[in-house]
Amino acid sequence: MNKKQPLKNPVEKILRMDRIPHIWCPGCGIGTVVTSFAEALRKEEANLDNIVIVSGIGCTGRVAGYIKLDSFHTTHGRAVPFATGLKLANPETKVVVFSGDGDIAGIGGNHLIHAARRNMDMVVICVNNFNYAMTGGQVAATTPLDANASTAPFGNFEYPFNLPYLVEAAGGTYVARWTALHLRRVTKSIQEALNRRGFSFIEVITPCVTLYARRNRLGDGLNLLKYYYDKSEIKHNADTKDLTISYQGELIVGKFVDKEKPTFLDAMNQHLSKKLGDKFQPYGEEK
Amino acid sequence: MKKSKADPKGVLTGSHFMDGDYALAEGALAAGCRFFGGYPITPSTETAERFSSRIPMVGGVFIQMEDELGSIASLIGASWGGLKAMTVTSGPGFSLMQENIGLACMMETPLVIANVQRGGPSTGLPTLTGQQDMMQARWGSHGDYEIIALSPDSPQECFDLTIKAFNLSELYRVPVFVMTDECVGHMHEKVVIPPAEEIEVVERKWYEGPKDKYLPYKCDSDGIPFMVKTGDGYRFHTTGLTHDERGYPIINAECQKVNVQHLIDKIKNNADRIIETEEEQIDGAEVVVLSYGITSRVAVKAVQQARKEGIKTGTLRLLTVWPFPEKRIEEMAKKVKAIIVPEINAGQVFLEVDRCSRNKCKVVSVPHLGGWVHNPDDILKAIKEAVK
Repeated sequence: MNKKQPLKNPVEKILRMDRIPHIWCPGCGIGTVVTSFAEALRKEEANLDNIVIVSGIGCTGRVAGYIKLDSFHTTHGRAVPFATGLKLANPETKVVVFSGDGDIAGIGGNHLIHAARRNMDMVVICVNNFNYAMTGGQVAATTPLDANASTAPFGNFEYPFNLPYLVEAAGGTYVARWTALHLRRVTKSIQEALNRRGFSFIEVITPCVTLYARRNRLGDGLNLLKYYYDKSEIKHNADTKDLTISYQGELIVGKFVDKEKPTFLDAMNQHLSKKLGDKFQPYGEEK
Repeated sequence: MKKSKADPKGVLTGSHFMDGDYALAEGALAAGCRFFGGYPITPSTETAERFSSRIPMVGGVFIQMEDELGSIASLIGASWGGLKAMTVTSGPGFSLMQENIGLACMMETPLVIANVQRGGPSTGLPTLTGQQDMMQARWGSHGDYEIIALSPDSPQECFDLTIKAFNLSELYRVPVFVMTDECVGHMHEKVVIPPAEEIEVVERKWYEGPKDKYLPYKCDSDGIPFMVKTGDGYRFHTTGLTHDERGYPIINAECQKVNVQHLIDKIKNNADRIIETEEEQIDGAEVVVLSYGITSRVAVKAVQQARKEGIKTGTLRLLTVWPFPEKRIEEMAKKVKAIIVPEINAGQVFLEVDRCSRNKCKVVSVPHLGGWVHNPDDILKAIKEAVK
């Protein structure tokens, strides 16, 4: 019998297939964001030897382990400063931080704002599932008001971060938000971010079926995608201060910020060349 | 081990009058350090300041990070990016770095941290000396691991031992600590920086085999895995999780045993090569004063007086505090009446000396809780009482 060779998924060469199956739950949105990322690399025909992935801890923190690039699974909250060192030591590489809301905006919030302030040349993909999922669905800095979480059993009364507003205010030069429903838009944003220099921040709202959805009786992944479909509205260049997400409320998505500003290394090289003249040895070349 | 001569760009050859903090920076630059990430903290700030003014001239990069958690994380990143990297801190900052020191150990990342110690706990005595982080240096991060810690007693040694710290860190792929203190850090003395060709630098153990055969944690015959840097096409993975030779997480007791035992063995099995001590008049001594860092300079006066009074007194100075010279202490304990351990803490290294002496001699702690160095009379008193 003539056995047909199974077709290979085109993103396979970007994944560590020897580590599949992954650990994510059925209905989880992280895998779809990984697919968008892989798709962005494929479309860009990117030099895969030159792109580095750094993750922190948590469900999304596991991304670094599945992507077949130079990849680092670091400590909780420290993916951004780790990436800062990697980028500065090796400016020719393109550094991408791929981690969750708890990692990037909770425990790592200080690093997020400072990397944005410096316009450090890196791409930060922040998968926001509204809770600490790896540890069992605890309340997060991004949990909408009134949403239930395992450490907010009577509903959340803390005001959540509006991440695009935070990153823009801190100095980020590219800020976008999408949901796991907007896969092509996510891919396009990642492509744009890979092709520009400076601090690029892409927030992707994703379903956490096992914890966030179940605790809040929101149904399964499909129900959450339906919510994204019904309640999301694309508003490019929207004022980021209006982007706070309320419980099951409106989701404003789009590209909000895209501007040019010297990166940390550009600013350092320009400034020190001016001040020190020939004594200064210009450092590195960014791509 | 691949050795080379220092890159002359970073070597400020000549005789200088400088403090220990500056000498730490000069030692690092001479050793080839081209990345500094740090956060200001008294009494270590002068090292960061020196880096910020010197590194632009030698083709490196300085970044003042937002906190010490960020500093140490940036160092691990920079090291994997291919540069030799250093930070400097003091007690509170050292505490903040501990989690990522564990990550550096687990990822087997060469880097150097200088701790210009001050009195603790907590904010303690920001401007005054202490040696209270010695046990924290050994055990500060969670889990089992081994590190290397050196203790300079002068600005000259701050220079020399920082070079040594970089060399050991590259050789064993482990974080190395230069545990100095406020006194040595702020002490101005003559520091002689030799010509670059007289400074030996250990190069990173770069992998050179076929790309698809690279395994980040497969040990070479010397027990140390080869390293690569980002952007060179290896597309490798590394993690703080317990991992196998591929750097892939394996969450079970068997892999944990191999992984963690390796982190311990690569230092323990090489302890004799790593450990450096300085001994004086130990043969025939009744009592030995064992000390390190600034305290050994204070102890000199007590030892001289004891000798004048006819007490046969030897000295042993730890240049390497971790790994600890267990065998040497055990051997010495069989021959002397007592070992006196003055240190500016409640008796930290004393515990190790006491353990290693195996009750073969008296071991006497001469503690000082920080803020100043010992009065040599206190050390002398302990010597006299020990031989009574």
